[in-house]
This record gives sequence, C-alpha cells and structure tokens, in this order.
Amino acid sequence: MQLTLWTYEGPPHIGAMRIATAMRGVHYVLHAPQGDTYADLLFTMIERRDQRPPVTYTTFQARDLGGDTAQLFKNAVADAYERFKPEAIIVGASCTAELIQDDPAGLALALDLPVPVIPLELPAYQRKENWGAAETFYRLTRGCIGAFPRPARTTDRLVKTCNILGPTALGFRHRDDLHEITTLLGQLGVSINVIAPLNARPSDLARIPDADFNIVLYPEIALNLATWLERQYGQKFINITPIGVGATRDFIAKVAELADIDATAMLTQTASRLNWYSRSVDSTYLTGKRVFIFGDATHAIAAARVAADELGFEVVGLGTYAREFAREIRTAAKLYNIEALVSDDYLTVEAAITAANPALVLGTQMERHIAKRLGIPCAVISAPVHVQDFPARYSPMMGFEGANVLFDSWVHPLMMGLEEHLLGMFREDFEFHGDAAPSHLGGKPVQAQPEPVLTTNQATAIWGADAEAELKKIPFFVRGKARRNTERYAAEQGTALINIETLYNAKAHFSS
Amino acid sequence: MSDVAIPKIGCGDLPVLRERGQREVFCGLTGIVWLHRRIQDAFFLVVGSRTCAHLIQSAAGVMIFAEPRFATAIIEERDLAGLADANDELDRIVDQLIERRPDIKLLFLVGSCPSEVIKLDLSRAALRLSKRYTPALRVLSYSGSGIETTFTEGEDACLAALVPELPASPAQSLMVVGTLADVVEDQFRRLFAEMGITNVGFLPPRRAADMPPVGKGTKYILAQPFLAGTAVALDHRGATRIAAPFPLGAEGTALWFKAAGRAFDIAKSKIDDVLAKPVARARAALMRQRAVLEGRTIFFFPDSQLEIPLARFLSRELGMVLSEVGTPFLHREHLAEELALMPADVQLSEGQDVEKQLDRCRAAAPDIVVCGLGLANPLEAQGMTTKWSIELVFSPVQGFEQAGDLAELFARPLRRRALLKV
Repeated sequence: MQLTLWTYEGPPHIGAMRIATAMRGVHYVLHAPQGDTYADLLFTMIERRDQRPPVTYTTFQARDLGGDTAQLFKNAVADAYERFKPEAIIVGASCTAELIQDDPAGLALALDLPVPVIPLELPAYQRKENWGAAETFYRLTRGCIGAFPRPARTTDRLVKTCNILGPTALGFRHRDDLHEITTLLGQLGVSINVIAPLNARPSDLARIPDADFNIVLYPEIALNLATWLERQYGQKFINITPIGVGATRDFIAKVAELADIDATAMLTQTASRLNWYSRSVDSTYLTGKRVFIFGDATHAIAAARVAADELGFEVVGLGTYAREFAREIRTAAKLYNIEALVSDDYLTVEAAITAANPALVLGTQMERHIAKRLGIPCAVISAPVHVQDFPARYSPMMGFEGANVLFDSWVHPLMMGLEEHLLGMFREDFEFHGDAAPSHLGGKPVQAQPEPVLTTNQATAIWGADAEAELKKIPFFVRGKARRNTERYAAEQGTALINIETLYNAKAHFSS
Repeated sequence: MSDVAIPKIGCGDLPVLRERGQREVFCGLTGIVWLHRRIQDAFFLVVGSRTCAHLIQSAAGVMIFAEPRFATAIIEERDLAGLADANDELDRIVDQLIERRPDIKLLFLVGSCPSEVIKLDLSRAALRLSKRYTPALRVLSYSGSGIETTFTEGEDACLAALVPELPASPAQSLMVVGTLADVVEDQFRRLFAEMGITNVGFLPPRRAADMPPVGKGTKYILAQPFLAGTAVALDHRGATRIAAPFPLGAEGTALWFKAAGRAFDIAKSKIDDVLAKPVARARAALMRQRAVLEGRTIFFFPDSQLEIPLARFLSRELGMVLSEVGTPFLHREHLAEELALMPADVQLSEGQDVEKQLDRCRAAAPDIVVCGLGLANPLEAQGMTTKWSIELVFSPVQGFEQAGDLAELFARPLRRRALLKV
C-alpha cells in the first residue's frame, strides 16, 4: 500500500474516458461500482463541458455481487448501443470491476453488435491516467483502422499531409494549443489529414494511415500510437513539443523537412513578443532567478528550456510524476547539472522544493499547494489542474502566442523589479516589508513562514544573534539560500558559532 | 400553526417508482469531505484504490489546499496477492500517518469497493490498531464503498461505528443525531435550553473527547434523514427515537422542536412561547423568496435522501409544484412524518435508471431541476435551470434562521437565469 494525500494522476479508466469524451461517435461502457460516476464532473465542471461524457457505467452494488454482474454488464452494453447508436464502442473495467473478473471483452463481443467493439485492458493497480489514455488511443485506432472503408491512398500526391495526435478532453490547454498549432501549419502550407482524438470520429481514426507523417503533440497520449504507426505504415513522426520560441522553431524546421517545404521565412521572422520582452531591461532582474519545475515530463522539460534559455532563470529543480518518461527527464536535467526528481509522492516533491529553496515554482495544482505553504511564487505549467486553468480566454502554451502567455504568466507571480530593489534597501517599511506579498498582487501581508529546517547533518554551527539579525536583511527570496550556504561554509571551516564575519565570508566564498 | 399539523391524507401510501439501472450518485466516501471538518481531531484513512483517492480529491476541490485530515492507503498489485501481507501494510501505513499527525485522537479506517471485494477485514484491523495505540488513539472502521453506500449514507455508516463507543449513562438526555453546521447546532442548543431541555448531546460531536452518553434514558431525534444504520445502533444501546419531520423550513423545524418538547413533557404553552419569535422570523424570510418560487415546478434527481424533506418544504412553505421527487433510498419509518405532509399527487421514485429519469425530466420540463454536478451543466445547456444538490449538504440549511437561506438556494438559479442577457 501507499499512503497518498494527493494523487497526480487518476486511475487508468479516467484516461480512457478522456479519449472517449474527446471524440465523437464513441461510447464507453465501464464496468464500475456505484459512485464511480464522480468522474463525469471532471468533464462537466472542471472542463465545463455542456454534455455528459459518452460513458455508461454499470454502477453495480453489493446486492448485485451475489447475482449476475456479467449479465448486468451485457445489458448495459446493449442498452448503450440502442440509445446512443455510436460508431464504435470501447468496453472496460474500473479498479473494483477488475477484481471481480467479469471479462468485459468477451461479454461485449458475444453481443455481436454491428459496430467495432474494442476491449480495453487497463491494469488499475499498476498503471495510471495517462497510460490509460495512451493505451485507449492506441487500441481504439488499431480497432478502427480496417473497420471503416477508406479511399485508396494516392502515393504520388504533391502536397504532403500530417496527422496531429494527442489533444484530449481534460488536457491542460489542449484546446488552444491545437488552435495555435493548426494555424502555424496553415501558415506553413502543410495540410492536415486527421486531428485526433479531440473531435475525431472512429471513421477519422481509420484514415490516420493516409497521412505522410505524424505530429505527436502530447507524447503522454500519442507516442505509443505514433511508434506503432511508424512500424506499421512507415509514417515518420515529430516528437518536438513546440513550447517556447526555440522549441517552436525546431518544430517548424522539422515539419518543413518532413513536408518538403521551405520554412526559411517563418524561421527568421520574430513571431513572438517573448523575444523582445525578455531582452528589454525591465527583465534584467529575472536573470538567475532560481526556479523549480515539476509536472508531466513533456511540460516540465519544455518549461525548463524556456526558463533557462528564454527567460534567463536558473533551473534548480526538474522533475516529473510520470515514471514512463523518467529517461527523458533525466536526460534533460543533465543540461542543468541537476538530478531529476521522478516521483508521484507529493510529500517527496514538497521536501525537494523545500530543500531547493527556489524563488519561483512552475508546477501543477499540487505545487501551488506546496508553494502556498512555503510562501513561494508559483505558476501552473502542467496537469493536474483545477477549474481556473480551463480559462475562457485564448491561452495556449504552444507556439509563438503560447510563448507570450508563458512570459506573462510566469513573471506575474514574481515581485516586480523596483519593489524588489526597494526591499533590498529598506527592510522595515510597515507595509512593504520582506515578508509581505508582492504589492501588485494586492494580497494582504502573509505570515512570515518559518524558514525551512534543513535535514543536513552538517548544519551544526549555532547562529549568533548578530548574524541572525544580519541574515534578516537579505531579501527573503534568497535568504534561505544564504542561510544554507553560510551553514555549509561554517561546517567546512569547522566554525562552531556563526557571526557576521562568517556570513560575509560565506557570501564572498560562494559568489565566485 | 396547530400543534398536530399532520394531515390524515398524505402520500404515505402512494406507490413509489422503484428503478434499477445506472445511478449517477456519489459513493459514501464523499461523506469524509464534511465529516473530517466536523470532528476536528479525527482522521479518515480510506483503504482503497487510486480511484478512491481521486474521487475525494475531486470532491474536496479547493478545500484540499488546507492540510486535510484524510488520506488514502492505495492498494497496489502486491497487496492483492495475499491478505496477511495487506494487514502488515496497513499497520505500516498507520504508523507512518500517526508519525505525521500525532495530534489525531480518532482514526477511521474507511472501507471502499476494492477493500470490500477482496474482503480485507478492516474491523479486525481497527481492533488490532486500537490495542496498539491505546489510549492515545482510538481506531474505528466503517464502509464508505459505493457498493454499500450512497453519498450521505457514508455519514450514517461513520456514526453507526461511533455508537458502540459512546459512554453509557442511564440519565435522561436528548441526543441530536446527524452533522449540523456549527451555527445551527448552537441555535438548537439555545432553543432547547429555553424550552428547559438542558442535557443535550450532538452526534457527531466537534471533538472525539465530547462523545454524547447514551443509555435507557436517552431519547434521540434525527436531524438528517439518512441515518438508518445509526438509529438501529442507538436502539441497541437502549435509546428511543423521537419521530418527527426534519428541521427544514419554518414548519419542519417547529414540528421537529415540538416533537422533542413533547417527548420531554414540556408544556405546550412553553414550547409555543419559545418558538413563536423564530417561527415568525423564518416565515417573514420565506415570504420574500415565495415571490420567485411560488407556482414553479421542481424535479429532484436522487442524491442525498434530503429530497423528500426538501420537497415537502418547497411545496408547503413556498408553493412550489412537485414534479418527480427521486431519492436514492426511502426509509418509510423515518420519513413517515414527512410523507404524511407531502401532497397526495406527488411522483416519488427510489433508486435510479439515469437515462430513463432524464427522459422523464425532459418530458416534464420543470422550472428547476435538482441534480448532481455530472448532470447540471449538460441540463443547463439544454435550456433547463438547475440547482446542484451537493450544496444542500454543505450549507447550513437546517433550523429557523436558515429557512430563508435554504429557499434562496433554490431561488438564486431562477433569478440568475432571468438576469443574464447573454
């Protein structure tokens, strides 16, 4: 068992629901106990969808367990088909139904429905939401190819076409990312064959092999499928996440290469305001700001590149909850000379943030929680997210407009430059003191957070009162680092009592 | 209001439409969301799957930003291999938890669908852990699984688990059973004191140390309609139930207090004196909402078992017309007084087949639909006005002073619909 306060991902059947809900003409029959319909409100409330997810639950109860739950499931499939007349049906079990082993696949196939019925095997005690989504997308596409007629492929057509794979329901900014990327492809003159799963129909999935290449927009969802499509149909795929200016340019270059298009014009023009905003002198104070990044691997890796190369931050922590992408995140972390954190334990993440003592946290809804406790500015870059991160306004993460959004939303929680300077000079103002929230955020002064107690065995030196007072004069967002460095210095020097002298010696020692 | 306002003809004998099919309801685990705030030194450890953890986190929404007093021990592949192992694992998890939260006095092991299907014996685990941690910590268990419980039945299961733990006392006392908002509890305590009933306990209490005593002299009155199991457990301890409608609205609350007063032989004139002012205040507050609600039709999807008392309140005190009133479970004995007050032509339904019920709802085209969050926005998109039902469990709605607020909860979506020009 694992003690869990917070879970970064839902169970795998939620991933399957995200695929079914994203699509049209698909129905999902889920063998699940009463109560599992809570998942509907993720879609109707958090994403604010105006329709019920296309999911029929068997919602069995204890009294049903003595009877024939298999018959209950068969009836649910038959009724769902009659009522919704979908073009394809997926069937599967939730965690509890997995235990009673009714074999949804066999039962549904025995009904001999006139549409493709695709069974899902989602091991709920081993795997999680994103894995479930990827598996469902892959199985469903395989099941639909061949089940629907498609026109013969013309091999010698002039314009190359691509598929965009990955956007789902309940995806973080998928709606606007997709708009941004399709616009970009339109400007490049690339023609799009199928976008899936968002708004696709089963018959559209069947046409996926017609394209010349695939764009994997969200590897967590679509990498499995794209890998299979490459093996099966020889379709190359692009796995560059176009988040940030640099990555967007790399993406354009790769698309141009696969589509035989000249993209020189698009690559040379400045299409994002981030470039200039970040170069303007107002942004100078952002240089070297310590940032901790956590999320799904795709967004975390992309955010690290933007933070380091496009905003001039120092990446002091990089991690993901997605074990499937551990290798990718470890490779990325090497670029910043740090050790990647791969964990789905929220308490471990909290400890890592506390230890790294960043000035900014870029993370998920949970890191917001941690950052709030620690009094650190925070911006959300990845799912899981809550209702406020499904905004009404246009808010992509990807492409050039996405870069504009990133600049604004990451800089916003930081204290503005002038205020930061004034705090460095005058520490005892009754309103604008070091422990107050940034005044542009309008918040009330926050309670001074106790500085993190470090669990290093070397922090044995005692702080003198004078040094302690001097430490308080250091701006709050670097104070933790100064304390740690001083203690490390004291330990190295064998100093037992830290005085002002030790403090400044340490400052000189580490500033080289 | 006459003392015995219960008319002879009600819907007590009317047939109820019983349906089985897909049920769009929460499981009993959801009760943790409010119970952990009510009993301030209790911790709720769900033994279940990632789905259970995900459910509570989704239901708790933003509130989870505060350090929550609940968590999930997620069953993993290796736990499914053998039961002995699962018990060791549970002990390890509880050790870990107590280390993190040493302030906890009462720990509930909450059963879920997976833990029940694999027949993990949580009551034995609770006994074992209680012995180990006595006297600093008591460990109890109950089921909040979807296969056993629907939404508020989780509270019933929790309170029923508490009943054997209550101290024994033969003294005359009144016990109010069911979670109430702090403000409502305080109002009720004051009114009982004015009536001359002073030995009043509340279950659940705000702290584990304040458990109300129970015994032959205890008379209990239910403040919530979903407490079937708790009532049985209290009966076993010798307590007797005071039958009454539920304290929703001016009328319901007055009848509730009168029933309690009669049970303690308080003079009728005394009870009337105490209730006169708050009843008048509540009626005045209701008059203002009546303008919005009178003559409007309302349709209830099943959710919390509060539906019948709410429908009674809305029809009798606000003049609403009842379309269908659905409830997940209808306890005829506990709801006898309510059913007697319902209009004779009401369509009651117990259980659910959600697709068929949606068909009926669309055909009835009510002015307002009370339903869960999974249905609310889709119905709004179809042009219906909805009131999401969970709010009725999370808001202070019982008692005289809240009667107007309760009506406002139903009036607000209608006023909003009239207000919006987009």
